Amino acid sequence: MNGMVIIGAGECGTRAAFALREAGWSGPVTLIGTEPGVPYERPPLSKPRDGIVLRKPICPPEAFGNAGIHYLADCTARSLDPVTKTVTLENGEVLPYHRLLLATGATPRRLICRGGDRALNLRSHADAEAIFARALPGHPVAIIGAGLIGMELASVLIRNGAPVHVIDTAPAPLTRAVPSHFAAQLHQRHQAEGVRFHLGQGVAEIGADGVALADGTFVPADLTVAAIGVVPETGLAKAAGLATGNGILTDAELRSSAPDIFAAGDCAAAVQPDGSHLRQESWQNARTQAETAARNMLGESQPYAALPWFWSDQYDLGLQVAGQPRPEYHMVRRPLPGGELAFYLNAGQLVAAAGLGAGNSTAREVKLAEMLILAGARPDPALLADSAINLKSLLKSARAA
Amino acid sequence: MTDWVTACKLDDIEQEGAIRFDHNSRTYAIYRGPDDSVWCTAGLCTHEAIHLADGLVMDFEVECPKHSGAFDYRTGEALRLPACENLRTYPTEIVNGEVRVALG
Ligand SMILES: Cc1cc2nc3c(=O)[nH]c(=O)nc-3n(C[C@H](O)[C@H](O)[C@H](O)COP(=O)(O)OP(=O)(O)OC[C@H]3O[C@@H](n4cnc5c(N)ncnc54)[C@H](O)[C@@H]3O)c2cc1C
Repeated sequence: MNGMVIIGAGECGTRAAFALREAGWSGPVTLIGTEPGVPYERPPLSKPRDGIVLRKPICPPEAFGNAGIHYLADCTARSLDPVTKTVTLENGEVLPYHRLLLATGATPRRLICRGGDRALNLRSHADAEAIFARALPGHPVAIIGAGLIGMELASVLIRNGAPVHVIDTAPAPLTRAVPSHFAAQLHQRHQAEGVRFHLGQGVAEIGADGVALADGTFVPADLTVAAIGVVPETGLAKAAGLATGNGILTDAELRSSAPDIFAAGDCAAAVQPDGSHLRQESWQNARTQAETAARNMLGESQPYAALPWFWSDQYDLGLQVAGQPRPEYHMVRRPLPGGELAFYLNAGQLVAAAGLGAGNSTAREVKLAEMLILAGARPDPALLADSAINLKSLLKSARAA
Repeated sequence: MTDWVTACKLDDIEQEGAIRFDHNSRTYAIYRGPDDSVWCTAGLCTHEAIHLADGLVMDFEVECPKHSGAFDYRTGEALRLPACENLRTYPTEIVNGEVRVALG
C-alpha cells in the first residue's frame, strides 16, 4: 500500500506526521526534510537567552520510531509528479504516495543591493548559530528590516552589549502584523534601550564595515542581518503545475489544485470566505493547519477555521495578537496590571484582540478575547474598556445568547 | 517526609483562577476551582519553562499562556498538545482560610 508522504519537516510537516497517527492512519508515513537532525522549533532562534541559541526539538528523537514514522532527515525532494503520484528525491529514489502534504515552509527574502550577499539571514538553526557566533559585545550590528524577527533580534543583541542599528524603508517599525499603537510602544521601548533607527531609508550597498543608505548615511556594522520577510517555498508545486500565488493555493480544506496533494503551514495560501487567499506565518498556524490537513488527507472535509494567533517577545514584553486587527475597526482599550489589551470591533462584532505587557501578563485576557471572538460576541464597548469587568462573565453571557 | 507549607490565603486566589507560589527555589501553581476546591501543581509548563499561573483557568483546566498546551490541574494530566508530559501534583488542604500544600 502506498502511504502518506510529507515534504518538509518543520513545525507543520512534523506535526502532520503525528496527527495522521492520532487520527487513526496505520499505513506508512514518510516525512522528508532538507535539514539535518531532529526537527526543531524556530521561535526560540530569535529569542536566545544569554546568547545561547536553543535547538528545541519538536519531539523527542525516539518519537518517530515509536509512532512508526519514517523520517528522512537531510534529504530534499527534487520533484513531484501528480499524474504518477510520485515524489523523486535528490538521490534519485522515487517514492509513490497515496496522499501528499506539502509543508515546505518559507525562505528569507533576499536583499537585492550591492553587497547584498554579505547580509546574514535568520531562518534555520544554522543561521542563528552563525549570527550569534559573530554578534559580540561592542561590535555594531545593522539589522535591515524592522519586522517581528528583526525587532526580536535587536532586543537580544542590544542586551548582549552590541550597538544595534535598525534600517527599514517603512516610516515605522512593525507595520505589517502589529496594531499600530502597540508597534509605537515597542518602537519607543527599543529607542529607550538604545537601538538606533534609520527609517524611510533604502539600502544602497553593504560593505565589509557597514551599510550605505540611499541618502548617503553610512551605518558602521561588523555584522549585517537581513530580516526583510520570507517568501513561500513553492518551487516544487509550481514545477508540478499546481496553482500558486503568494503560496501554494488551497481550498478551505487545504487541498491544492491537484488531486491528493495538500498544502499547509507557511507555504500555503488558503482560500477565505471572500474568495481571497490568506497565507500565514505563525507557529500556531503551522500546527493547526497540520492537524486539519492530516484529517482531510484521511478523507474528512473539515474547513480550516482557526483564528490567526501569534506572539512575539521583545525585552521583557510579550505581545499576543488574535484575529487580524485592521485600522478601520473600532478599537477599545483596556488597561491591565502590567500591560494593555486592545479589542477590535467590526460593526459591533468582536473580531480581533491584542495584548502587550510584561511577560505573559496579558495572555489570559487575550485567550478570553479569542473565545469571545469565536463565540461571535457583540460585547458592549464600555464593558470591554472597564478592567473591573471580568471577561469570563462576558463570555458566559455571549455563550448564553 | 511530607512538608506542609502555608502558601497563601484562599481569598488570595480568584475563583477559577491561579497564583504562582515559590518555595525553596522551586515554583508551583496553586488553583482555586469553580467549586472553591484548591489544587497545586508544578509551576512550569512541561513544554517550555512558562509559568502556568499566568494562564487561563476554566473549569478544572489550565492553559499555558504561551502555546496553549492544557492540563487538568487536579490530576496534572496533559490534555492538549504541545504539552505531552503530565504535571506533577501536590496535596493541598485549607485550614482556617489558609491554603497549605504538601511539598515533598
Ligand atoms: C527566527 C524565527 C522566529 C519566529 N518566532 C515566532 C514567534 O515568536 N511566534 C510565532 O507565532 N511564529 C514565529 N516564527 C514563525 C514560525 O516559526 C513559522 O511560522 C513556522 O516555523 C512555519 O512552519 P512550517 O513547517 O510551515 O515551515 P518551516 O518551519 O519553514 O519548515 C519547512 C521545512 O521544509 C523544508 N523543505 C522545504 N523544501 C523542501 C524539499 N523540497 N524537500 C525537503 N524539505 C524541504 C525546509 O528545509 C524546512 O525545514 C518564527 C520564525 C523564525 C524563523
